[in-house]
Amino acid sequence: MAEKSFAEKVANTQVWKSIFRHGPPNNARNRAAIVAGNVFLHLHPIKLKKSGVQLGYTWCMGGLSFFVFLALSVTGVLLMFYYRPTAEYAFNDIIGMREHVPLGIMRELHRWGAHAMVITVWIHMFRVFMTGSYKPPREFNWGVGVILLVLTLLLSFTGYLLPWDQLAIWAITVGSNMAKATPFAGHGGPGAALATIGDFVMVSDKNDVRFQLLAGRFVGEATLLRFYILHCVFIPLVVSVLIAIHFWRIRKDGGISAPL
Amino acid sequence: MKNIIDMIMAPEYSFTAVVVLFILMIKYVDKIATKKFGYSLLLGMTVFIGWLFTDNVFRLNFFATNDNVPIIFLVFLVVWSCWFSLYKGIQNDNRIAAGGVPLEAEPENREKVWSWPNLVYTELFAIIACTIFLIVWAIVFKSPLEEPANPTWAPNPAKAPWYFLGLQEMLVYFDPWLAGVLLPGLIIVGLVAIPYMDVNPKGNGYYTFRERKFAITTFLFGWLVLWVFLIIIGTFLRGPNWVYYGPFEVWDAHKVLAANNVNISEYFWIKLLNQGLPKNILVREIAGIIMTVGYFVVGIPLFNKFFGNKYLKRMGMIRYYLMVMLIFMTLTLPIKMYLRWSINLKYIIFMPEFEFNI
Ligand code: HEM
Repeated sequence: MAEKSFAEKVANTQVWKSIFRHGPPNNARNRAAIVAGNVFLHLHPIKLKKSGVQLGYTWCMGGLSFFVFLALSVTGVLLMFYYRPTAEYAFNDIIGMREHVPLGIMRELHRWGAHAMVITVWIHMFRVFMTGSYKPPREFNWGVGVILLVLTLLLSFTGYLLPWDQLAIWAITVGSNMAKATPFAGHGGPGAALATIGDFVMVSDKNDVRFQLLAGRFVGEATLLRFYILHCVFIPLVVSVLIAIHFWRIRKDGGISAPL
Repeated sequence: MKNIIDMIMAPEYSFTAVVVLFILMIKYVDKIATKKFGYSLLLGMTVFIGWLFTDNVFRLNFFATNDNVPIIFLVFLVVWSCWFSLYKGIQNDNRIAAGGVPLEAEPENREKVWSWPNLVYTELFAIIACTIFLIVWAIVFKSPLEEPANPTWAPNPAKAPWYFLGLQEMLVYFDPWLAGVLLPGLIIVGLVAIPYMDVNPKGNGYYTFRERKFAITTFLFGWLVLWVFLIIIGTFLRGPNWVYYGPFEVWDAHKVLAANNVNISEYFWIKLLNQGLPKNILVREIAGIIMTVGYFVVGIPLFNKFFGNKYLKRMGMIRYYLMVMLIFMTLTLPIKMYLRWSINLKYIIFMPEFEFNI
């Protein structure tokens, strides 16, 4: 019998076998076992149509959107160790990330990752449109995708405030001023003036949608906390759930689209 | 040369040019969907953008914030993906015209392959490439950080991040309740509704152009002209006070916009009838109200005349009129733009009493 290689010896230890429940991917049974037995890989089907794996078909843009989302979650958690969402500390904590943290590119990775995710999600949507992949039975998953697109933009929007510099508060001021103009629900919007009972004004700058968004009448410390929680906890949770639904439906709707 | 570009990049000209280019693209899609055209396009774009960066002023404006860097990636990806999908679409159309099936339907592409290694290795490669790309980007370009927040002093211009600048650019032509609330809401509703409005069973799961000509043309128009191009205007061609600045012009904040925009009511009562504005709001705005109502009441039957026979039966009432509403609402944007550029129109209906301005 031939001498076993080192790799084969390792693969035969009890430790290795306890972690990986299958042998090397050199036969059909093991290849199936690898994909089905791994919690991450089992997002994939065991086999799929060749057109679906071709880069020229999907451009890998949905997959990269997901990867960038994961990368943003990791870098975002690392940033949270160094950042306090108060008007007093926020700006200086951001400077500290660059000056006191070794290899201080975590903030860069997070910021450019956020821009990259907007782009990959847009291009992914474009690909899905151009291959007609929103057609039955995938109408619902397209809708889930649109919500994901909106949430991706909202993640960027809420994150933009956190450095608490001039760029941040004025971009958010411009953006949230739109909320003021919501018909009937913003105090500067059409119809708001109609909502009065005698002298009592129902929609004012103290209770309209902009007030709810900013937790105040202007971008202030309460806004910072609100956006911080939306950005770091609430929206990422919702996005995670929707991505799970999105992926589940891709499988249930018959995998990556192909000619009927 | 640069002076000419500064002149012709003004929104009224460049937007028109982009619309014309778009129509040419659809008309001559066969010529565009060739490898030769694709490579020339990429090369031409690279040279042009490279040339832009040789200009000091352009560089200064561009790097005013490093947040502008991704827009270069976006432009390349948008142009490339658009060309590539048309290229693959026309390829398939030609195969179908010759009696064949789309490439994706060939038996060898329908064959099933193992996820491990075929799919997993591709993903691994994409992840590694993407990671390297992000790390290099992060090392080369620092994240912007300006002065600490100061609520008493607003920078000029105060711009949102680039992906919202299409919306911010719409604020030039519409009040915030339209540009910031109603139209974005309609974009979302419209996108979700696409699969339910598009009843064409063809073109599901492969690239094509001719089998879905109407759907692809309308979507591409919205995406390329009304979304991406407005972002480019908002990012590169708008300086202090949101005034137009050419790509090679210094943002010196001395350029002021002559505020001589006029409402329809003023055109109608003062210029046309030589009278003062009437007191009654509805009478005052009667011309604008008639125009707005007429746009829908006359426009929709006219639209039906051209497209109704073909689509109304196929789609059914609800789908068809939802689509018509979305198309008519979308077209209000270019209509308002051209009215502004041609007759300095400010509002079609102006009722500040109710904050209801169109
Ligand atoms: C956070 C954002 C998103 C993530 C992480 C994501 C992820 C993915 C992935 C990994 C796939 C598999 C195929 C591929 O890679 O192209 C996919 C397919 C799909 N996505 Fe998304 N997606 C996102 C946003 C969107 C958006 C904005 C839309 C459309 C508006 C959309 C609609 C679809 C549809 C219809 C499919 C099925 C396509 C097919 O079967 O060919 N997704 N998505």
